[in-house]
Amino acid sequence: MKNIVEIKGLTKKYLNKTALNNINLNIEEGKVVGILGPNGSGKTTLIKILAGLLRQTSGEVLIDGKNIGVDTKSIVSYLPDRNFLYKWMKIEDAMNLYKDFYYDFDEKKFNDILSFMKLEKNMKIDSLSKGMHEKLNLSLILARNAKLYILDEPIAGVDSVARDQILDAIINNYNEKSSMLITTHLVRDMESMLDEVVFLKEGNIILTGNAEALREERGMQIDDIYKEVFGE
Amino acid sequence: MDFNDNLPIYMQIMNLIKSKMVSGEISGGDKLPSVRELSKELKVNPNTIQRAYQELEREELVFTQRGMGTFVTEDIEIIKSLKRNMARELVDRFFMEMKKLGFNSDEVKSIVSDWSEKEERQ
Repeated sequence: MKNIVEIKGLTKKYLNKTALNNINLNIEEGKVVGILGPNGSGKTTLIKILAGLLRQTSGEVLIDGKNIGVDTKSIVSYLPDRNFLYKWMKIEDAMNLYKDFYYDFDEKKFNDILSFMKLEKNMKIDSLSKGMHEKLNLSLILARNAKLYILDEPIAGVDSVARDQILDAIINNYNEKSSMLITTHLVRDMESMLDEVVFLKEGNIILTGNAEALREERGMQIDDIYKEVFGE
Repeated sequence: MDFNDNLPIYMQIMNLIKSKMVSGEISGGDKLPSVRELSKELKVNPNTIQRAYQELEREELVFTQRGMGTFVTEDIEIIKSLKRNMARELVDRFFMEMKKLGFNSDEVKSIVSDWSEKEERQ
């Protein structure tokens, strides 16, 4: 199968602190990959490099065979872990912004996801709850026909109803031609969604593999492996 | 569905479908939900559902018709033998657990017959 992402010997240093240390990782087309690790493990740094927001110190990062740049940004749909819309906007304005920015933005898809999320276009960004914010952001991200979707903590801090809607929206919009990279520390909620898992600890990949194979091999759920790896 | 078991998820899904076949909830020739439908229903990665269906097919419990979907086998013998195998596994597990608790076979038998008498009376 074709690799959407190829990372070789990726290192990122902030002054004297190493955020990522010699990371090697391939992501195949059609796979949902979970980057698992506690806060400060390097998840967001890795994602920001893929999204083209940070530059690596050394190593090679290819998306769809291309170095990170304008080309890759146009095929990567990235959900940051914080709000990125202006307060004065209505949902409709946010949609128009996306439509202008990304040629792969699919308005019909957006409308479908939005109504699935029970959001209305005339709602003001300012008046949305945290869960609604998260749902809107995800709707914008998933409405693009991208090669790689990067979701940074998509279910952190939302209530259980919103969480289920978000998980459903992710499944509904899965397709074999693109890949998804999801960071989370809420492993239990996400684990049945993941094909592959990558455990990141202090900038190093300490365990990676097919989620089902790991479950079989260790007779444990990924959540339990996570606790074993990161717990005391 | 909660995937609490330590088995791989595809196996848990296989077991779910197998018990539905054995209990008659789905019968020979019935169409299984599409990969996507079941994926949504169970909130499980579509690739995992696909794997469960492939393994069920390998065990000849289901068959795929191109463009039509996945169907439960119409061979009653296969379903009967599945039922026997599942029963045997349950009994094995039961006896093993009872042994761990320190019961011998005769004691287990008398516990079982007590239970079934009580069940019949109700």
